[in-house]
Amino acid sequence: MIFEDEPVPGYPLPILPGHTSPGRFERVLRIGQFAVTSELAPPDSADPEDVYRRARIFDGYVDAINATDGSGANCHMSSLAVCALLTRVGYAPVMQISCRDRNRIAIQGDILGGAAMGVCNLLCLTGDGVQAGDHPQALPVFDLDSLTLLQTARTLRDEHHFLSGRKISYAPRVLLGAAENPFAQPLEWRAQRLAKKVAAGAQFIQTQFCYDVPLLRAFLDQAEGLGLLGKVFILVGVGPLRSAKAAEWIRTHVPGVHIPDALIKRLAGASDAAREGRNVCIELIQEIRAIKGVHGVHLMAYRQEESVAEIIERSGVLGGRVPWYPGRDPQTNTNRMAS
Amino acid sequence: MYAIRQWSVRHARGLNAFYRAFESLLVALHPLWRLIGYERLDRPVAAVERTVKGLLFDCRMCGQCILSSTGMSCPMNCPKNLRNGPCGGVRANGNCEVRPEMRCVWVAAVAGSERIPGGREALAAVQVAVDRRLQGRSSWLRVVRQRLGGAA
Repeated sequence: MIFEDEPVPGYPLPILPGHTSPGRFERVLRIGQFAVTSELAPPDSADPEDVYRRARIFDGYVDAINATDGSGANCHMSSLAVCALLTRVGYAPVMQISCRDRNRIAIQGDILGGAAMGVCNLLCLTGDGVQAGDHPQALPVFDLDSLTLLQTARTLRDEHHFLSGRKISYAPRVLLGAAENPFAQPLEWRAQRLAKKVAAGAQFIQTQFCYDVPLLRAFLDQAEGLGLLGKVFILVGVGPLRSAKAAEWIRTHVPGVHIPDALIKRLAGASDAAREGRNVCIELIQEIRAIKGVHGVHLMAYRQEESVAEIIERSGVLGGRVPWYPGRDPQTNTNRMAS
Repeated sequence: MYAIRQWSVRHARGLNAFYRAFESLLVALHPLWRLIGYERLDRPVAAVERTVKGLLFDCRMCGQCILSSTGMSCPMNCPKNLRNGPCGGVRANGNCEVRPEMRCVWVAAVAGSERIPGGREALAAVQVAVDRRLQGRSSWLRVVRQRLGGAA
């Protein structure tokens, strides 16, 4: 889609009343379209083309691309740098910020810098512990946590000052997001945690992988009971499982991922497990889409990024809509730039 | 000590009631503290606090205690220092992602807060970022001055 008031597709949009960012992702959410986001695995490389190649895989299927920040506590190109490259060509990134590696001084600087480069969406995370990654010797910082990070970003944006109180002359215009895991203990308190994140400033939520729809429903029922539905956009995390063995590995080694036994059995019994994994993912997306209070899906297909297009296409959730990507409307771009 | 820490969470109600009374006593003794001088008192009181709360809660002396808001489970024992609730990595058995042999301090906090009157509401309050300058200082004396409206 192209918004009528879009100067040049991919450039910052005018900020509408009630919006906090000039981004297309917020526009898509607020007009009630079912949004699709995905995650770009940052390269172990200093070559910008490695980033663009990974972004192009999603062309036409996603509304925003998450740039992860040392996810799994492994070292990769920084999320800020990936976002800088993506915004140069007009992509809408979600800049992930983790509290593991930087203190409040560095993080506030990155928020200003990201916004200056056209980042319109932030995802405020606590971050995985250093023990999970390839540098377990590293100092875990955790000066802030995801909640105080949300508060910090909101302070910069709405109150126009640093945590120290010192004024900033131009506030970052950003949409604030957070993560939530409806599938981890203590289950009965997860919706309450969402409430705290909303109170701290979260406008959208991207959840951990959902492989258990009844648990998701229970979480959303609790969220509704707390009056949260309608106050926050919820994008449910989904992803294809490559095989029963991979699923088993993920649920034992990746913190916070819950995969029911029945699903692993189904993959083990399939002749083409990878294809079955994609089928499962599509079924989950279709089921999730119908649930009240869900505004989109966050498709994380680590090392299977090429499957994102097929999964979204076959799921039909975009309903014929083609999210903008660089070069989608060459004629429109030229006309608008000339006018 | 881990076992005592778990005991403290199970007895959150009694410990919280005891602390409330103790805090009132500390506040009542404000004239005495002022006479001696809060700065001069900070080190000896912090030493007592470190011993008592260290034994009961594995206290890390952050200097801005929120035990009454976290079901008597000290959030600074979380390897990520989370003061606003559990991360998304809590294991299915309720143990910590980083230290698999340890019960998640937030699973404990939710359980402990159920035992304290108003505990659920206290748990829902958003805690602000930690002031790292207060590390090692007495939280008790800070509370007295805060309750009397003075500077922390």
